[in-house]
Order: sequence, then C-alpha cells, then structure tokens
Amino acid sequence: MNSLSSSRAFGLLLRRDLLLAFRRRSEIANPLIFFVLITSLFPLGIGADAGVLRSIAPGVIWVAALLASLLSLDGMFRSDFEDGSLEQFMLSAHPVSILVMAKVFAHWLVTGVPLLAVSPLLGVLLSIPAEGIGMLMLTLLLGTPVLSLIGAVGVALTVGLRQGGVILSLLVLPLYVPVLIFATDAVGTTVAGIPITAQLYILAAMLVLAISLAPLATAASLRVSLS
Amino acid sequence: MFDPSNQLQVHELECVRDDRVLFTGLDVSIRSGEMLMLEGRNGSGKTSLLRIMCGIRLPDAGTVTWRGTDIQRLGADYHESLSYVGHRDGIKQDLTPQENLRMLQALGTPHGGRTVDECLERFGLYGFEDVPTRTLSAGQQRRVALSRLLVTDAPLWILDEPFTSLDRHGIEVFESLMVDQLDIGGTIVLTTHHRVGVESKRIQRLNLSP
Repeated sequence: MNSLSSSRAFGLLLRRDLLLAFRRRSEIANPLIFFVLITSLFPLGIGADAGVLRSIAPGVIWVAALLASLLSLDGMFRSDFEDGSLEQFMLSAHPVSILVMAKVFAHWLVTGVPLLAVSPLLGVLLSIPAEGIGMLMLTLLLGTPVLSLIGAVGVALTVGLRQGGVILSLLVLPLYVPVLIFATDAVGTTVAGIPITAQLYILAAMLVLAISLAPLATAASLRVSLS
Repeated sequence: MFDPSNQLQVHELECVRDDRVLFTGLDVSIRSGEMLMLEGRNGSGKTSLLRIMCGIRLPDAGTVTWRGTDIQRLGADYHESLSYVGHRDGIKQDLTPQENLRMLQALGTPHGGRTVDECLERFGLYGFEDVPTRTLSAGQQRRVALSRLLVTDAPLWILDEPFTSLDRHGIEVFESLMVDQLDIGGTIVLTTHHRVGVESKRIQRLNLSP
C-alpha cells in the first residue's frame, strides 16, 4: 500500500471525525463547559484576593484541563467500537497507527484546542499577569496533545469493557502527572518573574515521545480489545 | 500441500471460548470462484470462525492461509484483498451513505473505477445518498453496509448474515452480485440461514454443529 493513499485515508478519517463532532456539537461542548465552570468557581470559593488566586491559578487551570480531557476520552473509540467501524479500521489496508493518529488528532482539535482558546480568559479571571498567560497557553499547546495521545492508549485498552471508566482514570491519570508537574511549574515560575526554558523543553520532549510511541501502543491495544 | 487454485485455507483450526471448545481440528479450503457456507446452531462458533478468518481474532490453534501464506504474516497485505461485513454494520448513523462509503473506500485498496454513487445505485439507494443514515430503514442501512463490498476490488468477501433485514428485492440484487463476484474468480465465505440463489456446485457447506 503506497503512502499516498494512506495519507488520503488519514485526511478522510480526520475529516469524518470532525464532521461527526460537528453534528453532535452539544456532546463535545461538555468538557469545555466543565473546564470553564471548575475554573470560574475557584475565585468565588476562595475570594477575590489577587495574590492567592495568582499563586494557585496555574494548578487550578491545569487540573481542570486534565479532568476535562479525561472526561472527553471515552468517546474517542466508544462509538466506533459499538457500531463496528473499529473492525473495519483493523481490516484496513493501511497501518492502523496512521488511522489512530487521525483519530487522536481530530480528538485534540475538538477538545484540546477549545481549552487553549478560552484559557486566556480564565487566566485573566484568576489574575495571572500577561506574560504568565502567554506561558499558560504555550504549556497547554504542548501539553494537551500529550493528554490526548496518552489517553488514546488507555481508551484503546478499556474500550471492550462494559464499565471501563474507573479503570481508564486509574490507568491514565498517573501518566498525566508529569505533564501537570512541568506545565504548572513553567507557568508558576514565569509568574514569579523568572525566565524558563527547561520545563518547556521537557514538555516538548514528552510530546515528541508521545507522538512517536502512543499511536503504535494504541493500535496494539485496539487489536487486543477486539480479539 | 499448497495448491495454487486454493485461495483461503484453514488448517487444524481450534477455537475455545469461555473454556468451551467451539470447534477443533477444522480443515477447509476454498478455491477461487467458490463459496463457503457456514451452518450451525446459534452459538456454534460461526461468527468466531469468520473473525478468525479475517484475522481480527487469533485462533487457539491452527493456521489460516491466504494464497499459501499465513494471514498473520501477511497483515495489511491480506486486508487489501479482503472485504468484511459483520453483523455490526460499521456504518456511522450521523453520516450520509455517501460519506460512509467514501471512508470505507479509502480504508481499502484503490478501487476499480466504480464510484461510490454507482455502488449505492446498484443497491437501489439512489436518492438516499445524502440523507443521514440514521433516517433510513434497517433494510436500507444493511444495503449501505453491503455496498461497501463494491467500492473496493477485494477478491475475498467474508459476510456474517448478509441477508438480515433485506427485503426480497434486496436479496435478489445481492445474490446477483455474489454470482458476479464468483464469476470473476472471487471467493465468498458467509453464514446464513437463508437459501442462497447460487448454483449448488459452487457452494461448499460446512456444518459447525454436527
């Protein structure tokens, strides 16, 4: 099978998933609303002390992003599993990891990018200074694709189970922790006025690692789940 | 012994499900232009056998070979020559038949000149190609699922109860397509409880619950 038709399959699958997401807009809005609600409740609960808010803001926003991402994960392969599309993907003439890539990319565009887009607003709400907001967006840009990629492996392993939700969180959350630590640290340090690069490099390295390994692991896990 | 006219060959196959042996020591070979019809009671392992033949499920013992090579070794090369319609349609309810088939076509081999619209028309779905599949009847949805056999040029069709919810006209159309597929040297494996309108000398029957 030549790479031209594989990239065509990638493009079509990406388009298909975006189209499906668009046709069920209300479902995909859920994680975003969840993200905004959690974050905006904090100032109400803690009080409008700018100093306190500023110091907890990176953690609050990132934890909310993490949970929102976890909330949206299960939908990644569930409907394809139930209606038999996943079997057709497995029997495709193209490498399954390429198809997985397309699905994860679509998932990130639909769930990760909206988080990225509203994050400046939430940053202002939690009184993060301007340079901190820039850093927050940068960490979300590097971090949310990692969440989708790692999540895909977990979902692929649990898609065949009737109640995979709890196992999924247990599998995936520990792997999310490094992203959380480095991302919040990067934002916190920037807010404190110290320039940073190390944390960003580490996040970028995690992203590269996840892009190169997660699709293969996901493809293998799907094969196990279906057999 | 490899005989070049044998397409799909099953050797000493065994399948165990929940500690129950569904079948063991199964030997079958299907030639080009031949149809294998699996029969047996519900739960006798027909679907499991089909899934093993597709390579979705691993056999507990034995091998499945395609033109002389183990299908596990062939991987995606085997999938190029295979078209599978399971009892789950593999059709997205929120997409139109046209969008569904485009995707399924892209998953397979480059097709032999038939467009998605022609395939839908062949199944009498003209005029329904751009409404959401959700709004179609069960029989029409089945027709969409079966149209996927036409969008690629796969020589091997594996079908799990293809006639479910088809009306008499749908069955006639599909039978003539099966005859066409056998005429050009293709191979079909299917499970069904219907009588199939194909010459009986081309049909090989295998009963899994003797």
